[in-house]
Amino acid sequence: MLSKGLKRKREEEEEEKEALAVDAWWLDPSHPAVAQAPPAVASSSLFDLSVLKLHHSLRQSEPDLRHLVLVVNTLRRIQASMVPTASLPPVPSVPAAPGMADNLLASSDAALSASMASLLEDLSHIEGLSQAPQPLADEGPPGRPTGGAPPGLGALDLLGPATGCLLDDGLEGLFEDIDTSMYDSELWAPASEGLKPGPEDGPVKEQAPELDEAELDYLMDVLVGTQALERPPGPGR
Amino acid sequence: MGEDTDTRKINHSFLRDHSYVTEADIISTVEFNHTGELLATGDKGGRVVIFQREPESKNTPHSQGEYDVYSTFQSHEPEFDYLKSLEIEEKINKIKWLPQQNAAHSLLSTNDKTIKLWKITERDKRPEGYNLKDEEGKLKDLSTVTSLQVPVLKPMDLMVEVSPRRVFANGHTYHINSISVNSDCETYMSADDLRINLWHLAITDRSFNIVDIKPANMEDLTEVITASEFHPHHCNLFVYSSSKGSLRLCDMRAAALCDKHSKLFEEPEDPSNRSFFSEIISSVSDVKFSHSGRYMLTRDYLTVKVWDLNMEARPIETYQVHDYLRSKLCSLYENDCIFDKFECAWNGSDSVIMTGAYNNFFRMFDRNTKRDVTLEASRESSKPRAVLKPRRVCAGGKRRRDDISVDSLDFTKKILHTAWHPAENIIAIAATNNLYIFQDKVSSEMH
Repeated sequence: MLSKGLKRKREEEEEEKEALAVDAWWLDPSHPAVAQAPPAVASSSLFDLSVLKLHHSLRQSEPDLRHLVLVVNTLRRIQASMVPTASLPPVPSVPAAPGMADNLLASSDAALSASMASLLEDLSHIEGLSQAPQPLADEGPPGRPTGGAPPGLGALDLLGPATGCLLDDGLEGLFEDIDTSMYDSELWAPASEGLKPGPEDGPVKEQAPELDEAELDYLMDVLVGTQALERPPGPGR
Repeated sequence: MGEDTDTRKINHSFLRDHSYVTEADIISTVEFNHTGELLATGDKGGRVVIFQREPESKNTPHSQGEYDVYSTFQSHEPEFDYLKSLEIEEKINKIKWLPQQNAAHSLLSTNDKTIKLWKITERDKRPEGYNLKDEEGKLKDLSTVTSLQVPVLKPMDLMVEVSPRRVFANGHTYHINSISVNSDCETYMSADDLRINLWHLAITDRSFNIVDIKPANMEDLTEVITASEFHPHHCNLFVYSSSKGSLRLCDMRAAALCDKHSKLFEEPEDPSNRSFFSEIISSVSDVKFSHSGRYMLTRDYLTVKVWDLNMEARPIETYQVHDYLRSKLCSLYENDCIFDKFECAWNGSDSVIMTGAYNNFFRMFDRNTKRDVTLEASRESSKPRAVLKPRRVCAGGKRRRDDISVDSLDFTKKILHTAWHPAENIIAIAATNNLYIFQDKVSSEMH
């Protein structure tokens, strides 16, 4: 009989049933408890799952655009629903800078949409690369405006503060063989901002030892250019 | 739903002809030609296998025109895009037959990036009796040739020759999801995630872009093209579907670039069914015009819908394929099954529609009687020439003896690709790497 051979693995089923139970409860609009605190936990796991899916999708050499777009749109829906509830997703303790990359999941909404935007921008750059040699009469505007920062940095922006902090210590070493006597005069601002074009240099370097969560978020926004430098700087700047 | 013995009457009964195991490779597309004499399948390994229906013979009354392998060839090979450092999969995404115009058959097959036109010809005679060559083709020793003979054509075992006639390359930046031959038999279109191109079958070095939904900023990308098809009779009309569940009917006479649709078919979201996954499950995975050209059939994750070309506001019919999955969307999102793309098909008279589901089940809906049936394509549950037994999925409540519970469905066994013979009740079902061909046993007592 059919039912004998074709059951799924038991453990898989259990996990899915759990996830299902939480989800179903959250999604039921008639449920009286919908507006209370616990829903934030349910959608937080859905949020994390979506972020993981997004990253997995983007890590493919050639992402499936449909999958990507659907995940991004779903993520936006989840984000939009989370904003009214005061509780944000649980934030792991802020470690030293190198661990920043792992905290991607804990980024604020603005930072996340900014990084999604930059990653999508990456995709268009990939297309721009392949368009150049093709003898087509029908393709759209040739080439792609690359904007300020080299598009390849889009992915790096995610790791922005961390990378910046890591390099801070090693920057001197990198430029050891270059004669910078001309620039050592105090009239010039410290030149070790080198690797990152745009407005993110100073704050990143100076902030390194004292980054906290709010500032990291703010920096993320600045890095991807979605937020002007309008917030008053935090302590230490 | 009433799946009792009555449903067998409306579907007559189905015989199972053969199960063709295409070695180790997953079938990625199935397509009958315009007469139904030929059936083509494409697989993940880039191969195309063509089956031909044997003419009915009086000697074997039980084998009513069964399908046998006619030709196998390698259509696409894996490629490497050196500029992007990416491998291009050889998987055949779609096959479309050209209408037959002479003794040869032609089809278009496509992978993610390149479309190819293949010509299939038969050779059943060969010349024999050459003066200078022997039977193996080696030159004869002239001293042994004493008289002249006229070579004659002698019958030989049928040889099917396949040759690539055109290669339509470099037309797409994104992954091609559909191709469709125009009723003018001169042009065809190919669609990727963001663009649709129009080609002339004889010209490979250029194509015309007729739809472009790529935003100026990729950050603004929220929708992609999922499927497209030419109208069966009006060579200026075509439809394309989107990941947001909308259909756009475009008229090529209106403008060169058909970014502006003539008609937009969209059903408003049902507020009682709203969830985080509403958009994903509304994404249309397949769109097919009816043979009459009056209707369109669309498949989204949970339903198939029939649309009247004259009514844009909502579909005229909606059929639930597996509504019991509605409460499982979170799990299906987690394991990515929610992104599966199922195809759909009309029967020859546009009265029955068919689509695949999980657990090797496929569903048929009779538009006239409003009855539906769930059948299974698997060797375990049916023997050759046995009548298929209707299946039932139990989503809680009273469970009958042979019911399958929702929790024991095998989500790795998906029937994504199905095809219906253009005139007769013969269907081809691709179940992973197996092809099933089911035929209607036309029997007088059933009518």
